[in-house]
Amino acid sequence: MADRAQPLSARAGIWAAAGVAALIFGAFAAVIWRAEAGRGLGPSDWAALRFTVVQAALSALLSVGFAIPVARALARRRFPGRRALIAVMGAPFILPVIVAVLGLIEVFGRSGWVSQALGFLGVPPLQIYGFHGVILAHVFFNLPLATRLILQGWQEVPAERFRLAAQLGVDRWAMTRLIEIPMLRKVVPGALAVIFAICLTSFAVALILGGGPRATTIELAIYQAFRFDFDLGRAALLAGIQIVLTTGAAVVALRLGQGDSFGGGLDRAVRRWDATSRLARQIDTLWILLGTVFLLLPLLAITLSGLPGLADLPSSVWQAAATSLLVATLSTVLVLLLTLPMAVAIAFGRDRLVEVSGFLGLAASPLVIGTGLFVLIRPVADPMALVIPVTAGVNALTVLPFALRILVPRVKDIVEGQSRLALTLGITGQNFVRLVLLPRMRAQLGFTAGLATALSIGDLGVITLFADPDIATLPLQIYRLMGAYRMEAAAGASLLLLILSFGTFWLLDRGGRGHAET
Amino acid sequence: MLRLDDAVIANGAFRLQADLEIPAQSKVAVIGPSGAGKSTLIEAIAGFLPVETGHLLWNGREITNDHPSTRPVAMLFQDGNLFQHLTLAQNVALGLHPDLRLSPDDQKKVDAALDRVGLAGFERRKPADLSGGQRSRAALARVLVQRRGMLLLDEPFAALGPALRAEMLDLVSELVSETSATLLMVSHDPQDARRITNLAVLVAEGRAAKPVDTEQLLNNPPPVLRKYLG
Amino acid sequence: MKTIAGVAAVITITGVAQAQDLTIYTYDSFVSEWGPGPKVEAAFEAECGCDLALVGIEDGAALLARVRLEGSRSDADLVLGLDTNLIGAARETGLFAPHGIEPELDLPIAWADEIFVPYDWGFFAFVTETGQNRPTNFQSLADSDTSIIIQDPRSSTPGLGLLMWVKAAYGDEALGVWEGLADNIVTVTKGWSEAYGLFLEGEADMVLSYTTSPAYHLIAEEDGSKMAVAFDEGHYMQIEVAAKLASSDAPDLADSFLEFMLSEAFQEIIPTTNWMYPAKIPEAGLPDGFDTLITPQNPLLFSAEEADALRDEALSEWLTALSR
Repeated sequence: MADRAQPLSARAGIWAAAGVAALIFGAFAAVIWRAEAGRGLGPSDWAALRFTVVQAALSALLSVGFAIPVARALARRRFPGRRALIAVMGAPFILPVIVAVLGLIEVFGRSGWVSQALGFLGVPPLQIYGFHGVILAHVFFNLPLATRLILQGWQEVPAERFRLAAQLGVDRWAMTRLIEIPMLRKVVPGALAVIFAICLTSFAVALILGGGPRATTIELAIYQAFRFDFDLGRAALLAGIQIVLTTGAAVVALRLGQGDSFGGGLDRAVRRWDATSRLARQIDTLWILLGTVFLLLPLLAITLSGLPGLADLPSSVWQAAATSLLVATLSTVLVLLLTLPMAVAIAFGRDRLVEVSGFLGLAASPLVIGTGLFVLIRPVADPMALVIPVTAGVNALTVLPFALRILVPRVKDIVEGQSRLALTLGITGQNFVRLVLLPRMRAQLGFTAGLATALSIGDLGVITLFADPDIATLPLQIYRLMGAYRMEAAAGASLLLLILSFGTFWLLDRGGRGHAET
Repeated sequence: MLRLDDAVIANGAFRLQADLEIPAQSKVAVIGPSGAGKSTLIEAIAGFLPVETGHLLWNGREITNDHPSTRPVAMLFQDGNLFQHLTLAQNVALGLHPDLRLSPDDQKKVDAALDRVGLAGFERRKPADLSGGQRSRAALARVLVQRRGMLLLDEPFAALGPALRAEMLDLVSELVSETSATLLMVSHDPQDARRITNLAVLVAEGRAAKPVDTEQLLNNPPPVLRKYLG
Repeated sequence: MKTIAGVAAVITITGVAQAQDLTIYTYDSFVSEWGPGPKVEAAFEAECGCDLALVGIEDGAALLARVRLEGSRSDADLVLGLDTNLIGAARETGLFAPHGIEPELDLPIAWADEIFVPYDWGFFAFVTETGQNRPTNFQSLADSDTSIIIQDPRSSTPGLGLLMWVKAAYGDEALGVWEGLADNIVTVTKGWSEAYGLFLEGEADMVLSYTTSPAYHLIAEEDGSKMAVAFDEGHYMQIEVAAKLASSDAPDLADSFLEFMLSEAFQEIIPTTNWMYPAKIPEAGLPDGFDTLITPQNPLLFSAEEADALRDEALSEWLTALSR
C-alpha cells in the first residue's frame, strides 16, 4: 500500500483526459499532415496574422485599461444594485456572440442609436465595420471579464491594510502606491494574457464585423479557405499558424493568470475609508454608469428590436432552435461525462491532468479542431452527415477547461472531507459516486451544465464549416437571415437565442442549487 | 486481541514505531504530547496510513494490507462523521450496506440502533437539524450496527462541553461493553481517560509504548508525559 | 453509452436531406421570398409533376466551393448561379456534365457552351440615392470620400465581377486603382444580399450591384429613390449560368429543368424577381420601368478563358491592396 487508499479509482479520469488529448492532437496532426506550404504565405495571410495579433493586443489593453477604473469604483463604493451589477458582469461569458454583435450594430452602427444622437449634434455617424467594430465587440465581451479579475484582486487585499491606511491617514497617491499598484502588478498581466488569448481565436465577431482583407483573423481566414476556395491545404496551413500562435499565448496566459473569474465572494463589499471626496465619488459614479450602460445598451437594443419579430418567427428558426438544443444537450452530457472523472483524478493528485487539459482547451481553436476533424473524417465518411456530433464534441472541448475549474475544487473538498469515513464504511466505486459525490456536487454540476449548454447553444464556430444547407443551429440561422437581409426575423431569432441561452443556464444552475445542502 | 508486531508507521516524513498488544475487550486510552503521533497510531490501525515494516494482526490474522472497509474497525473522527446530505437513518444504514439497499430486517436494526442511542423518531432528520450531542449519538448508532471488533475514537467529542462529553463517553463505554468490542481512544484529557479506560498506551518520542494501567500511568507519569500534563 | 450511440445514429440519419426529385443549389437571394425561387418552383412543379427543392447557399463563388467540397456526394442535381468568371474553375472540377439542350438566346454576345446554360444577364454598377452627385469613374471615386460596400470576390460573383471590371478597364494599373479605393470601402461582405442590406440600412453611400437594381425599388416599391451611377470606363457584364452535375441521379429531369429555364414561364419571372435582363426576352418584352435604367455605352466582358486566366492575379492584387 504505497498510496493512500481512495474510495474511487483515477483510471476513468485518466482515460477521459487521454481521449481528449488524443482527439486534439489527432486534429493537430491531421492539420499539419494536410498543410500545403506550396503557395506559401501571401501578403493577405501576413495581414491576417498581423491583424489577429494587433487586434488581440489592443482588445486586451483597452479591456483592462477601462476595467481598472471600473473595478476600482466597484471595489470602494457600496450602492443598491451593486451585487446585481457584478452578477450581470458574468453574463457576457454566456452571451451568444451573434446576439451581442447585432445589439452592438444597433447601438453603435452607422444608423444606430449613438450615430443618430451624434447626427443631431452635426457629427458624422460612427463606423462599426472593420477594425473598430472588431475591437469594440471584443472590449464589450472582455471588459466585464477584466473587471471581475481586477475586482478579485481588490477583494484579496486584506481588510487590515485599508484599516491601517485609514489610521495612518495616507493620501490618494500613497494609497495608489502602497495598495493599488502592487495589486495591479499581480493581477493585470494575467488578465491581459487571458484576454489576448481569447481574442486570438475570435471568429464570429470577425465574421460579421470584419471579413474584408483588412479585418480578417486567422480563424476567419481558415473559414474562408474552406468555404470560399475549398482549399484544404491552405486551411491546414493557416491552422498550423494558429496552433503556434495560440499555444504560445496559452503558455503565457497559464503562467501569468491565477485569477478565477468564477470565484464567489465578489459581491462582498470591503469597508473603505479612502476616496471620500466629492470628486472621487463623482468619478467613480461616472465609471460605474458608463460600464453599466455600455454593457446593458446592446442587450436592451436587441430585446427591443427582437420583440416584434418574436411572435412571427419563420419555421426554419424553430427548427434551428431545436437543432441547437439537441447539440447543446449532447455537448453538455459529453462535458459532464468527461470532466467529472477527470476532476476526480485531479483531486487524487494527478494534477498534471489539469495543466494539460486546461492548456489544450486554451490552445485548441474550434476552427483548427474542425479543420482537423474534417480532414480525418472525409476519407471515411461524409463530414456533413456528422455535423451534429462534431459540433457537440468541439463545443464540449471548448467548455472543458472552465468545467474543470468549477468541479475540481469541490471534488477536492469532498474527497478531503469524506473519503476516510467512506472508506471505513466501504463506500467505494459506484456507491461513492451515487451516495456521496453526486449529491454533494449538485450545485457545481448544475453550474457546469448550465455553462456548457448556454455556450453550446450560442456557439457560431465549427458549425459554419460542417453545416449542410438544410441544417442549421440557431446562431447560424440568424447569420443566414442577416445575409438574406431579413433583419426583423434575425432580430426576433436573436432574442429567442438570448432567451434560450440565458434561460437554460438559469434553469440548470438553479436546479443544481435548489437541491444543494449547505 | 490486536497486535502490532515491530511495526513502523509512515506518515509523510514522520515514523512511529509500535510493538505492542491490546487485549480483547479492553478499553484503552492513547495518551501523549501534542504531535507525538497519537492519531498516526489510530489511523494506521484503521488502514489510512501504511505500515512500512512489521505486521498488524487481529486475533492472529494478518490485516496489515487490508482495505479500511474490511478491517474489524469502526472509527469516529474529530468531525465529518455523518454525511450532511443523508438522513440519520441513511447514515446509520451505511454501516450495514454501503449501497443503502436494505432489507426490512436491516431496517429494523437501524431503528433499534437509533432507539438505543436515544434518537428514536429522528430517522428522517438530517445532521444539520441536530445538536452536537445528537450528532454524536447518531454516529454511535452507526458504530452499533457496524458490529466491528474494535472502536477507534479520534477525539470525536472534543467540540462538546464537559458534561455532554462525559455523557457520550459513558454511552460509548456501555455500547462497547454490550458489543464485547475493544476500544481505543485518543485523549487529551486525563479525566476522560480515567472515566472509561482501564489501560493506556503512551505515544511519545516516535514510539508507542506497551499498554499499562491507566490510573498507574496518570498517577506516576514519566517525565515526557508529566511535562505535557503540567 | 447505448443511448448516446442511439442519439448519434438518429442525428446522422436526419442530417441527410430528405430525397427530392430534383435538388438545385443556388444563391441566397434567388430563393428569398421576393426572389424568383418561389415562383420558379411552383411553375416547374406544375409542369413536371415532380418535387423541386431550391437550396440557397450564400453567393455564387461560395456556391462553387460548396459543390467542390461535397464532390460526387452532393445531393444537388443542378447548380444555378455561377457566371462567366467562374466557368473555368467550375469546368476544371470535372463535376459538371454537358447539357442535352439547344438553347435559343437573346444575349448581347454569342453563346456556345456544352455544359453551362445562361439564364439571365446584367451590368454591374454602383447603386446610390437618386439625385446625389457621385463620382462617375474609379479614379474620381478613389479620390473622393464616398463610402462603398463591395462583396468578397472569393465568395461572391458581383465581388469577382468588380475585380474583372477594374482589370478590364485598367489592366496592369489595377493594383494602383485598388490601393486608391481601399479607404472608400466600408466593408467587404460575403455575398450580394448582405451588401445590399447594409446599403439599405444606411451603412454606406454606394453599393456594388447592377444597373437593373433601381428597377426593383421603382417597380416593386414604387420608389424612385435609387439609381445606378454610369461609369465612364464602361460597365462589366455578368452572364449568369446554370449547369447539371455529373453525379445527378435525375439527369433527364435536370435537362428538362434547363429547358424550362429558357422557356417563357421562367424567363418572364426573371426581370421582376431577380432584377436582371432575361436571357431570352419574353414575348411581352421587358416590364415598364426597365426603360428608365441606364444603358452602358461601353460593355466590358472577358471570355470564360480570359477571366479564368486573370482571376488569380486579380485576386492577389485585390488582397494585397486591401490588406495594407
